[in-house]
Amino acid sequence: MPGKLKVKIVAGRHLPVMDRASDLTDAFVEVKFGNTTFKTDVYHKSLNPQWNSEWFKFEVDDEDLQDEPLQITVLDHDTYSANDAIGKVYIDIDPLLYSEAATVISGWFPIYDTIHGIRGEINVVVKVDLFNDLNRFRQSSCGVKFFCTTSIPKCYRAVIIHGFVEELVVNEDPEYQWIDRIRTPRASNEARQRLISLMSGELQRKIGLKVLEMRGNAVVGYLQCFDLEGESGLVVRAIGTACTLDKLSSTAAFLPACNSPSKEMKEIPFNEDPNPNTHSSGPSTPLKNQTYSFSPSKSYSRQSSSSDTDLSLTPKTGMGSGSAGKEGGPFKALLRQQTQSALEQREFPFFTLTAFPPGFLVHVGGVVSARSVKLLDRIHNPDEPETRDAWWAEIRQEIKSHAKALGCHAVVGYSESTSICEEVCILSASGTAAVLNPRFLQDGTVEGCLEQRQEENLPPGCGFCHIPYDELNMPFPAHLTYCYSCRKQKVPDVLFTTIDLPTDATVVGKGCLIQARLCRLKKKAQAEANATAISNLLPFMEYEVHTQLMNKLKLKGMNALFGLRIQITVGENMLMGLASATGVYLTALPTPGGIQIAGKTPNDGSYEQHISHMQKKINDTIAKNKELYEINPPEIPEEIIGSPIPEPRQRSRLLRSQSESSDEVIELDLSHGKKDAFVLEIDDTDAMEDVHSLLTDVPPPSGFYSCNTEIMPGINNWTSEIQMFTSVRVSRLSNINLTNQTLNKNFNDLCENLLKSLYFKLRSMIPCCLCHVNFTVSLPEDELIQITVTAVAITFDKHQAVQTTKTHVEKSLQRASADNEELLQFPLELCTDSLASHPFSPAKEHLESASSNSGIPAAQRDRCNSWIELIKLKAQTIRRGSIKTTVSVEKASPLTEGHFRQRSAPACANSTVGVVKMTPLSFIPGAKITKYLGIINMFFIRETTSLREEGGVSGFLHAFIAEVFAMVRAHVAALGGNAVVSYIMKQCVFMENPNKNQAQCLINVSGDAVIFVRESELEIISAQQPIASCQPACSGGEIAT
Amino acid sequence: MTNELDIFVGNTTLIDEDVYRLWLDGYSVSDAVGLRVRSGILEQTGATAGVLQSDTMDHYRTFHMLERLLHTPPKLLHQLVFQIPPSRQALLIERYYAFDEAFVREVLGKKLSKGTKKDLDDISTKTGVTLKSCRRQFDNFKRVFKVVEEMRGSLAGNIQQHFLLSDRLARDYAAVVFFANNRFETGKKKLQYLTFGDLAFCAELMIQNWTPGAVDSQVDDMDVDLDKEFLQDLKELKVLVADKDLLDLHKSLVCTALRGKLSVFPEMEANFKFIEPCRSDRWPLNDVRLFLNQYSASVHSLDGFRHQALWDRYMVTLRSCLLRMYHD
Repeated sequence: MPGKLKVKIVAGRHLPVMDRASDLTDAFVEVKFGNTTFKTDVYHKSLNPQWNSEWFKFEVDDEDLQDEPLQITVLDHDTYSANDAIGKVYIDIDPLLYSEAATVISGWFPIYDTIHGIRGEINVVVKVDLFNDLNRFRQSSCGVKFFCTTSIPKCYRAVIIHGFVEELVVNEDPEYQWIDRIRTPRASNEARQRLISLMSGELQRKIGLKVLEMRGNAVVGYLQCFDLEGESGLVVRAIGTACTLDKLSSTAAFLPACNSPSKEMKEIPFNEDPNPNTHSSGPSTPLKNQTYSFSPSKSYSRQSSSSDTDLSLTPKTGMGSGSAGKEGGPFKALLRQQTQSALEQREFPFFTLTAFPPGFLVHVGGVVSARSVKLLDRIHNPDEPETRDAWWAEIRQEIKSHAKALGCHAVVGYSESTSICEEVCILSASGTAAVLNPRFLQDGTVEGCLEQRQEENLPPGCGFCHIPYDELNMPFPAHLTYCYSCRKQKVPDVLFTTIDLPTDATVVGKGCLIQARLCRLKKKAQAEANATAISNLLPFMEYEVHTQLMNKLKLKGMNALFGLRIQITVGENMLMGLASATGVYLTALPTPGGIQIAGKTPNDGSYEQHISHMQKKINDTIAKNKELYEINPPEIPEEIIGSPIPEPRQRSRLLRSQSESSDEVIELDLSHGKKDAFVLEIDDTDAMEDVHSLLTDVPPPSGFYSCNTEIMPGINNWTSEIQMFTSVRVSRLSNINLTNQTLNKNFNDLCENLLKSLYFKLRSMIPCCLCHVNFTVSLPEDELIQITVTAVAITFDKHQAVQTTKTHVEKSLQRASADNEELLQFPLELCTDSLASHPFSPAKEHLESASSNSGIPAAQRDRCNSWIELIKLKAQTIRRGSIKTTVSVEKASPLTEGHFRQRSAPACANSTVGVVKMTPLSFIPGAKITKYLGIINMFFIRETTSLREEGGVSGFLHAFIAEVFAMVRAHVAALGGNAVVSYIMKQCVFMENPNKNQAQCLINVSGDAVIFVRESELEIISAQQPIASCQPACSGGEIAT
Repeated sequence: MTNELDIFVGNTTLIDEDVYRLWLDGYSVSDAVGLRVRSGILEQTGATAGVLQSDTMDHYRTFHMLERLLHTPPKLLHQLVFQIPPSRQALLIERYYAFDEAFVREVLGKKLSKGTKKDLDDISTKTGVTLKSCRRQFDNFKRVFKVVEEMRGSLAGNIQQHFLLSDRLARDYAAVVFFANNRFETGKKKLQYLTFGDLAFCAELMIQNWTPGAVDSQVDDMDVDLDKEFLQDLKELKVLVADKDLLDLHKSLVCTALRGKLSVFPEMEANFKFIEPCRSDRWPLNDVRLFLNQYSASVHSLDGFRHQALWDRYMVTLRSCLLRMYHD
């Protein structure tokens, strides 16, 4: 019996009236975990019942603790008929299962009903007592920490970054079971919510097991998604990066996990998966074979895949066969060998991280992506995960081979996604091929690495731009020059990546959001014909998207894209492509050439005139953009750069399909006289459209910037105001005779108008930047396009521009010295980095914002707590699970007494609700994250049969999203947190049937619950006694009436 | 291509004060968009009419969702769905419960019943306040009235506690409740010139001095009703008018004291009993004050008059009210 779960139901408030006669409710609560259920007494005739129940105790396996959610149901007692359900609360108790996270869940939770939405709140206290488990063959993985954040979390240090972990579980979708015909929508929705919650728990546990087997203690960049396949099932899948993390403290903490000899680690099989097929494709299997001959059913012909390394865009051929052994200089060879040995043992050397410890990322090759079209109704054994596992394994193999072709052994910024329409499913994976520094990948190599680092001795900020592949045997035609920073290594003319801009990268000016948008009509078709049609379209779409991105990048006068995310969505009669990235000007790369327009019929006078007019417009736009984004790189005389590099195949990378219907792709040799120019050939109206669409993108109004990465390149003086939001638009395509052009225009307008609306709505925050702008497109029905955007607006101080060059120099100096000393310094530097990015923010402003923030108590609470954490870490090496030590320390310490008083204060005081911040970023400007409380992963369904009465589709979805935010905030607050970082709305599936007055929506969100403390407060605190300073902060939440 | 669905949800609920005002004033979305366009917002921000339409719709939807909570303001503070900073919550409540001068003068003193609600159409036409806004204001009056009607304790205090209004607004509502409960006809032609401020001032004084709460702070309805005993006792004061001797004596006392000090002495002598005619005779305010002071003080010198304390309770309040009401 490894664990005891204890639950106490305290009270309810704002309950709905369930008895029309008395206008009151006779409420009681059912508490269910696994198969055990407890009930409270009925609290008669009240909308604010005070149950004050005893502690309900569940004695359970820790395996169940991980899988099962705690289910709390509030009901109205009825003497004569069945009791009516008011609503439910699902509580994920996972955060209580590791020692560094929350110790208690306590607070007001919204009572949620899938038909009525939030109906009052309930106050619940949950605790877990864990006992040591000596069973070696246990199935649980309690203690492995999970983070959505795609970088090393702020208060941790990465000891080892082990690598890729993935898992997938399948179940029958309750909505498609026979029983669904006879049960109520509520019962069906609840069955689904519960199932997904269970599956998420199981998935997390299984991933945790893999991490433990790799001798890791955490998963970073954890991304969990679900696929609603329909008839064939419901899939929950997750990927992440296994790490050994070390909590940052002034003393070197000692963890048993990192003490294991590296030899042992190598001997451990990659995992002992309950589903052996997950890893059926060993690295020795011939790659080509693996990708193409695999067929789960008799569906070989339908299987097709389109994939590219983004730089080449040569459809498929030759890409996958790229063999290793393109060693460049001796240094590269050495590095490659080392990295190779570190990565060899891994089946997939993938990392879901997008930002890295300094020195981790050595070179970046470019974007690699793979897509594959599958038919869901042909899955042999739909209830088993084998088929899907094999599908993903196949795609990952492809990605791996693409990376190899780019001379890289690893893929960073890796992500996977699906798009499903009826029985067709497009699987996509993408990442950035990279060469990594092996010192983080395993133990025992530390010394060797250090020497190597010194030898490397590259000037800061440009190393990652240097090509990892061999210039004489390039995998694709590229235009190479000597690096504009160090002038020693070669760099490409443009660089596309899926990662965040490295912190040490030097850029000129500011960045901006760049989007490529594309629609392609497709005939409605069935099964194989449909799949074939889609696979045929995919390469064209990828190519078009890439061309658009390239053109728009040049139009902005920039030379690199970060955070690139290409989403291809499949609908009944069309495919949509949406690519978002953040464009920047990297000083290491050459100045981009302009865009030249060439006409096809040179003798026509008026045509010529038109062309030159367009050319002028384009040139003007480039000039304007350069001014807008402050792109004025220092002029570098030609001779310093050196003689032009002999280019084996110098030509522009422009490929253009002759016509829509033809499959044939012809490479056009467009090496005109002018060296850098990117030439757009206007040969038909189609091309004309393209040029026009380039120019229709309106820059954001002055005072606004936008990007889809964590931080905006070129802005570093953030102030503390943040506003996270989600905006959804569904548009109906009205005309029947749709063409690709009108469709493109509609889609383009939809996106542009949405952005304009955002700028208008947030105008009071100017000067501000929209960060982490995340667009998702879906096609819920024939003529409907749905766009969902989540982003955060952050204010910055216009007048206090931090001198970027200076800080960069300082940073690099700092880093250099750190490298020469010892490894321990690097984590310290990591944490100072976040402080250093706003060193000049005025303290006064922070104070003002702090005083208006009633979330302070939580933060201060934690300060006390982290003291204890420190003591604990010093005192012993606890493997999580041993509660006795934790408890004894807390009891002994006078600090904790205060800590508990603080915690209960807000609930009793009955004052205003504490503020919980939400952000898709991994940090909070002007604040320091002091503690990670656990992962938030929530799934909700909302349905209505009175759509008109709820304000139509907009009213319905607006209320639902607001409720989802509220439930996330309530859970974070109950964990003792005051913010959720790395927040993401992974799915927002909306279906409507206005004729029946019905609508349904499914939302899946996740993030990391944290406690943050304002930097200004930190300073104040350090000057005062910790306890004394806690007192005034408590009254900060009172409202002034 | 039309937007079937168009929403924006912030973690912190966005409140646009200008749009809130338009919503409170009862404008439809299209009217509100028109008014916003005329305010020059498109030129200032470079936005399009479509953006403005979408933004206005969105704010209206938010306000509509908040309205349910605004009916019981403490709920707005404790609810979890909309994260709104306290200062913004206070603004939302205060503005929601604010009312128009023109409207309140029409309704003040009337019974807050369905009958009156039916007249809102006419009131809307007469005052130029939109019917929607009239309804909101009327419903606010009625809601506040219902909640505090039977409550112990200070009227304004109760209102402030249950509706979280500012001190000023809570006192105004106290006046509204007081007038509604006592059905003081304030719509009479003669009283038309009085502002709500005047009447609220009087109501406050009456609540302070003439209700049961003025004597005992533990009784029910202490601030809402007039003190019945006090009203009964007032009959005793009639003796000042009814008794010819007493009246003459009082008159001579006042006249003697004021002779030479008042610029309108002859008129005063003639109109001794009625204050209102003073206005038509254009007495300066100072003269009225002098007269009233003397008028109340002189009673103390009347030997045959026994109700000195009662007289003071009556006259101190009345004097202040009369002075306040004495304007054009």
